[in-house]
Amino acid sequence: MSSATTKARDQQLDRRNFLRVTASAAGGLLVSLYLGSPSAAQEGGPPNPQPKNYPPDAFVNIRPDGHVVIQVNRLEFGQGVHTALPMILADELDADWSQVVAELAPAGEVYKDPVFGIQMVGGSGSIAHSFQQYRELGAKTRAMLVAAAAKRWNVAPEQCRTQESVVRGPGGQSAKYAELATEAARQPVPANVRLKNPADFRLVGKNMRRLDSRPKCDGSLKFGLDLDLPGMKVAMVAHPPVFGAKVKGFDDKAARELEGVREVFEIPVTRGGTGVAIVADKFWTAKRARDLLKIEWDFNGVERADTTRLREQYTQLARTAGLKSIARGDAKALDAVAASNRIVAEYEFPYLPHAPMEPLNTTVRFDGDRAEAWAGSQFQTFDQMAIAEVLGLKPDRVTFHTEMAGGGFGRRAVTDSHVQREAAQIAKRMRGTPVKLIWSREDDIRGGYYRPMHVHRVEVGIGADGMPAAWRHVIVGQSLLVGTPFAMMMKDGVDNSSVEGVSDTHYNIANFNVSVHHPNVNVPVLWWRSVGHTHSAYVMETLIDELAARAKMDPIAYRRKLLKPEAKKLHAALSLLEAKSAAWRRKLPKGHAAGISCHESFGTGVACAVDVSIENKRPKIHRVTVAVDCGLAVNPLTVESQFQAGVAFGLSQLMAKGAITFKDGLVEQRNFDGYVPPYMPDAPVAVDVHIVPSAEAPSGCGEPPVPVISPAVVNALSRLTGKRYRSLPLVAL
Amino acid sequence: MAKYQLNINGQRKEVTVDPSTPLLWVLREDLKMTGTKYGCGVSACGACTVHVGGVATRSCMLPVALVGERPVVTIEAMSEDPVGRVVQDAWVEKDVVQCGYCQSGQIMTAVALLKHTSKPTDDNIEESMGGNICRCATYVRIRAAIKVAAGKLK
Amino acid sequence: MPHLRAVGLLFAAVLFVCGSWMIVSGALGQGRDAKRSAARGAEGLAAWEQVYSVLTHPRCINCHTATDYPQQGDERQRHFANVVRGPEGKGVPGLNCASCHQESNADSTGVPGGHNWHLAPLSMRWQDQNDRPLSSAAICRSITDRSKNHNLDGPGLLKHHEEEALVLWAWQPGRRLDGTMRTPPPLSHQEFVAATRRWVEAGTPCPSGR
Repeated sequence: MSSATTKARDQQLDRRNFLRVTASAAGGLLVSLYLGSPSAAQEGGPPNPQPKNYPPDAFVNIRPDGHVVIQVNRLEFGQGVHTALPMILADELDADWSQVVAELAPAGEVYKDPVFGIQMVGGSGSIAHSFQQYRELGAKTRAMLVAAAAKRWNVAPEQCRTQESVVRGPGGQSAKYAELATEAARQPVPANVRLKNPADFRLVGKNMRRLDSRPKCDGSLKFGLDLDLPGMKVAMVAHPPVFGAKVKGFDDKAARELEGVREVFEIPVTRGGTGVAIVADKFWTAKRARDLLKIEWDFNGVERADTTRLREQYTQLARTAGLKSIARGDAKALDAVAASNRIVAEYEFPYLPHAPMEPLNTTVRFDGDRAEAWAGSQFQTFDQMAIAEVLGLKPDRVTFHTEMAGGGFGRRAVTDSHVQREAAQIAKRMRGTPVKLIWSREDDIRGGYYRPMHVHRVEVGIGADGMPAAWRHVIVGQSLLVGTPFAMMMKDGVDNSSVEGVSDTHYNIANFNVSVHHPNVNVPVLWWRSVGHTHSAYVMETLIDELAARAKMDPIAYRRKLLKPEAKKLHAALSLLEAKSAAWRRKLPKGHAAGISCHESFGTGVACAVDVSIENKRPKIHRVTVAVDCGLAVNPLTVESQFQAGVAFGLSQLMAKGAITFKDGLVEQRNFDGYVPPYMPDAPVAVDVHIVPSAEAPSGCGEPPVPVISPAVVNALSRLTGKRYRSLPLVAL
Repeated sequence: MAKYQLNINGQRKEVTVDPSTPLLWVLREDLKMTGTKYGCGVSACGACTVHVGGVATRSCMLPVALVGERPVVTIEAMSEDPVGRVVQDAWVEKDVVQCGYCQSGQIMTAVALLKHTSKPTDDNIEESMGGNICRCATYVRIRAAIKVAAGKLK
Repeated sequence: MPHLRAVGLLFAAVLFVCGSWMIVSGALGQGRDAKRSAARGAEGLAAWEQVYSVLTHPRCINCHTATDYPQQGDERQRHFANVVRGPEGKGVPGLNCASCHQESNADSTGVPGGHNWHLAPLSMRWQDQNDRPLSSAAICRSITDRSKNHNLDGPGLLKHHEEEALVLWAWQPGRRLDGTMRTPPPLSHQEFVAATRRWVEAGTPCPSGR
């Protein structure tokens, strides 16, 4: 990256608040180089016996023992930022990687996402948004260490070199970073620094193993659910069976008789409903006590969702034009196409639970004038505010620890913070006692916040060249943003998260019309890894494949012909895919077929080819080749991992029991027997990932694996069976 | 409440708990051994897998009253186990984990497989590991790591 | 299957009435022994149909599959979590039957259990590849085929039904996860043994047909 680009980016970040934060934090030091007493790093601040970065003002802590502790400003829940962000910082810092320790930062102003303005993980933005930030942090810290050394040796900083946590002077002097930390902390934070030439990266762009691997393999890593505090109690909540229902009355006599049950009381829960909280010494006691509660519910005025009825309603709605998302070209063009040259396709997608492996949980202790909370949170800022609100505190009176999380896929990014609110309600009652609220797996499967159900209706008019000449597309699905702080992002009533992947398609379709209906349904909905692309890519990529087949064209060639030339990442990915998969696609065993798809999401272009056969009436995926253009791949080993596993995660959509359904307001599934995510036999046997070499700014890799896989697999199935698969989950082939 | 003498990772542990309590929660809450994870509570995901009497066992549905004299071995003992250590090393070498929450159970299951079948075929791996959910779906690397471990075991 | 069973019972009843009449008539003809044995055979077939009603109940047939997996529940669904048969009908290393099923029911967690929990061998499958129960005649032939049934003769089969731990389990199937009791077979164990005895004493007759 040229220095001109660097400068432009500085200014860009400046506009987006980042440097304001650093400037205001500079007094207390953005970069704290603690040595012994942290007061050396916190001018004017009171000596703090524990050099823990709270209140948060630090990203880097160079310890006397040489360890370089780097704060990660967002949740780690599998995506690998706990390794990649420290890599970026350590590279510019020239730190000894073997001495780098990563820590998840607590909630704090300074840890807010420089683009989103709140502390969060979402939109596959961790690396994309913090790449520049962490580079600068590393470079600035290095500059301060160099300045300290130069001053000590009375040489010019330019004469010093750094490597592996050591500064070397022109006369053979050398000093370890740890030795320089105190002096470095007294140096002014430089306003501008020169960043490395990418050719000089030692860590970025290299395959680096995860820092959190070993403790995740020996059981020593503590997730939020593993938290244990002195005197801690465990809480569970009996939620209403229909969202928004209220407790009319309850009999807790039997529950209270169990040894170890401490409190039973009513609390507000999501959607205006109420539930009954049980606080006990241990989980099993709380669970048994909850099973013994006899609760009478008040369903008055509560809508009972029913997916069979919703499907009919959505299908009808899809036959009418919705709110305009995009209208390009001639709206009447479709009508001019003969019926025999039209495809009319109706698609259905179910509600989907995220079902992260670690069940949802939050621990809160309320001390009257302050509180402390622990949660694996994608939305620290909102969750901290919500807890504060329930407890009648200012957010800064709630110390919020980010706990390692066992997956999330969007489920820990909830704008109404309903789990944290429940935990705070319970802590309020249990003042002085830390209480860990645990949602059981059943609570999770039945607890709402699903990927919304959708229906798409698409009419395509095919031109003489076999390319789509006109395209009319109606999407029906609940809005994710209505009623949330993000609602302001909606334009003319259209929630872009419902139409993304369709309205902004890179396919060059001249006459293109997309509209959307957002029905209100009494089911809380939420972004599910790759959000709108979960369904939009499925619709686009199966239809494009169908069109290619009708045109008797190679599916890759057809796509490249139809894609706009400026869709550079998709062209690059398809070209690489062709190179890497052509050989095996030509030599498929009998009973196998190849399926193709490509899709761009979160700034990353992805193309994939799959080798599929049918075994035991299910798709068996023998091989997947993925080509990715994600700009500069900061940690290619993690990018590969995200794609290898992410495509298998994406197959959740095709599982026979891969849906949440409602009957008379009740969720019909309860655990992993009724909602079944992919197991190893459902996943691809092999996935080879190929990254387009690039020096462009990095783009996301957490979500982009998900959209491409399902359409690729059913495109292969269609070749095997001659059928089209427009309704998910894939119950029968 | 009843008193139980358990043999956990070769050590005698006494706990006083309700007899219906699953071994999982005895490990996690009474013995503070949180390496064994709660994922579903119905034996469907395998995150809670430990070895009981040498058999990979889903501890979330095993009432402590039914454990008896059988030795219980958990993920916390795997670093000292000759096969366990090789499997853990293979997991690190292949950079298997993502969120990591299921991996204690995956490793305990893989160790059970490899102790019985030191050179597993692809089908062996798929059958033995087929009941463990990794929601991140790191299955390709789990397969690869088992093969690496098998290559290092006699 | 209830239809088949009803037909069988009706047929047996008719034969029984006919047989009784012949005995009462006091005829001492040459055909008497033959007729008597025919009556016994008919009674045996009726008893077999009772046995069959138990064998095809989910508590029994769920572990007599023709596939490489057991079933569970009254709906006879494929066992969750990809549980497989394995070489000895006990699952595979890492995913054994004993990974969950203990020597006795675990009622607090809803897991059924019994001594030596395992799948019946494929030779004792009572279903087809599509998980449909085999016909009465087919199961009867299979269960009396000593090359398939661990070489059990009639008394051996009776003893198996009287004493085998996993057979007995069907009448003590324990609680489901939701705390309700699992459904036992349609006959009591006593009735089942009595029916088996009648069938064995009649020489383990099997219905004709496929």
